[in-house]
Amino acid sequence: MKIITAIVKPFKLDDVREALDRLGVHGMTVTDVRGYGRQKGHTEIYRGAEYLVSFLPKARLEIAVPDARVDAVVEAIRAVAQTGKIGDGKIFVTALERAVRIRTGETNDDAL
Amino acid sequence: MKHLMSRAGLSAAAVVAFAAPAFAAEGKIDPADTAFMIAATALVLLMTIPGLALFYCGMVRRKNILATMAQSVAATGVVSLLWFALAYSLAFRGDGALIGGLDRVFLTGIGVESISPFAKTIPEMLFMAYQMTFAVITCALVGGAVADRLKFSAFLAFCALWLFIVYVPTAHWVWGGGFLARLGLIDFAGGTVVHINAGVAGLVAALMLGARQGYGRENLAPSDLSLAVVGAGLLWVGWFGFNGGSALGAGSRAVFAIVATHLSACAGALVWSALEWAARGKPSVLGLISGAVAGLGTITPASGYVLPWQGVVIGALAGGICYWASTALKQRLRYDDSLDVFGVHGVGGILGTLLAGVFATASVSAAGGEPGISGLLEGNPRQFLAQAIGVGVTILWCAVGTWISLKIVDAFIGLRVSAEQEREGLDVALHGEAMGL
Repeated sequence: MKIITAIVKPFKLDDVREALDRLGVHGMTVTDVRGYGRQKGHTEIYRGAEYLVSFLPKARLEIAVPDARVDAVVEAIRAVAQTGKIGDGKIFVTALERAVRIRTGETNDDAL
Repeated sequence: MKHLMSRAGLSAAAVVAFAAPAFAAEGKIDPADTAFMIAATALVLLMTIPGLALFYCGMVRRKNILATMAQSVAATGVVSLLWFALAYSLAFRGDGALIGGLDRVFLTGIGVESISPFAKTIPEMLFMAYQMTFAVITCALVGGAVADRLKFSAFLAFCALWLFIVYVPTAHWVWGGGFLARLGLIDFAGGTVVHINAGVAGLVAALMLGARQGYGRENLAPSDLSLAVVGAGLLWVGWFGFNGGSALGAGSRAVFAIVATHLSACAGALVWSALEWAARGKPSVLGLISGAVAGLGTITPASGYVLPWQGVVIGALAGGICYWASTALKQRLRYDDSLDVFGVHGVGGILGTLLAGVFATASVSAAGGEPGISGLLEGNPRQFLAQAIGVGVTILWCAVGTWISLKIVDAFIGLRVSAEQEREGLDVALHGEAMGL
């Protein structure tokens, strides 16, 4: 099992959810985060006081998937979340040791 | 013989009674004036709670929103009670050149029929209440300069001291028959008493307390400018009571004041915005509301003395000069007047009080057969001189009085929060409350 962590532009969230839904992936956790990579921030000015805001709002998705589906999910996210402009985000895949469904107690692949 | 003498005595006594000092029975309560002034009093109170509370809190960081609002609410409480207890009497009674009298302490002596010599067609109780709201907002304004770093206890103590050391004397000198009024200074609604006082006090306080942690380095951006806009709107509308009500009666003078005031706000907003647009490429909403408030503050002393077009000119000048004072001047002199109390109210008050001496148009203030006040443009340079003296005296007394007040508070309580409290945020550190996520 793997956890796929995707940092995407917030307005792409719905598109990603729909794409994963079509793939048969029916669960994810989403957090509102701030971050930057190559995309620079913006400048705000208040009565002459300038502030460079480096951090930009992003959406962070975490999806637990069985090994067999990892490539398909990663590719689906990448295709849909892409705009072609700097700041599209990144996808990380990390190993997942154990998963448990709280309601039933099912474990690992049965829990995903 | 005795009988005749005592009758003559009684008549003589009656004559003396009616010819007694002006505080006796002169004036007649007019229901229209009274109704209007009750409404005006409420409008001015609205300017503090929640007008100023919102205007200020929107411009501070989230962790200090509640503490900033607490200052406006607490100032209302403290200043109102002190006004009732003593300050009103010291400001508006007696005929001293420097300070008033003690005959209205705890408002004793004000009956349902009492009339103040300064407002002859409304109940004295109402005049007292109206003036109270002015004292309240002046004290509340000062807090903005040292936002994010003044102890709440110090703010309360400061309000109490500063009210008596600075506000009451100035109010007496300008409005209570004191020496500045006798000099011929005109200040319709508080260019000196309210705005110069609040602005200069704010500057002195900002210099004495020092800048906020991280000033010039960290992001101190406003938490919620939408609140500031709401607050500015309440201030703008409330100003109809602040300047309009300073006519102390429901008539044309009040209307002229209101119209000049409103147009000044509009001109101020657009000029500040235009300058910002040209200088920075984007006109901010903060610029719009700041320009409006600058226009409102600047027109205040002149509002009941000028024509509408003059209100436009004054507002436009306010928008430009206060913009410069709140951006370039502040940065060049490097003081942290957090909410630009000096830049907007201080500079605006100085500018407006002087411009009142330039633009005063006799036809606006003429009443009951008496000629009105003319300014420089109508060929009377002496009025400008009186204005300049008034401005100078107010600035000096306020600077010294504020310094003294803060030194006293510092000696007993301390002024500034600790570095940790400032880092944590005043809401949690001073009030045990938080805005939530």
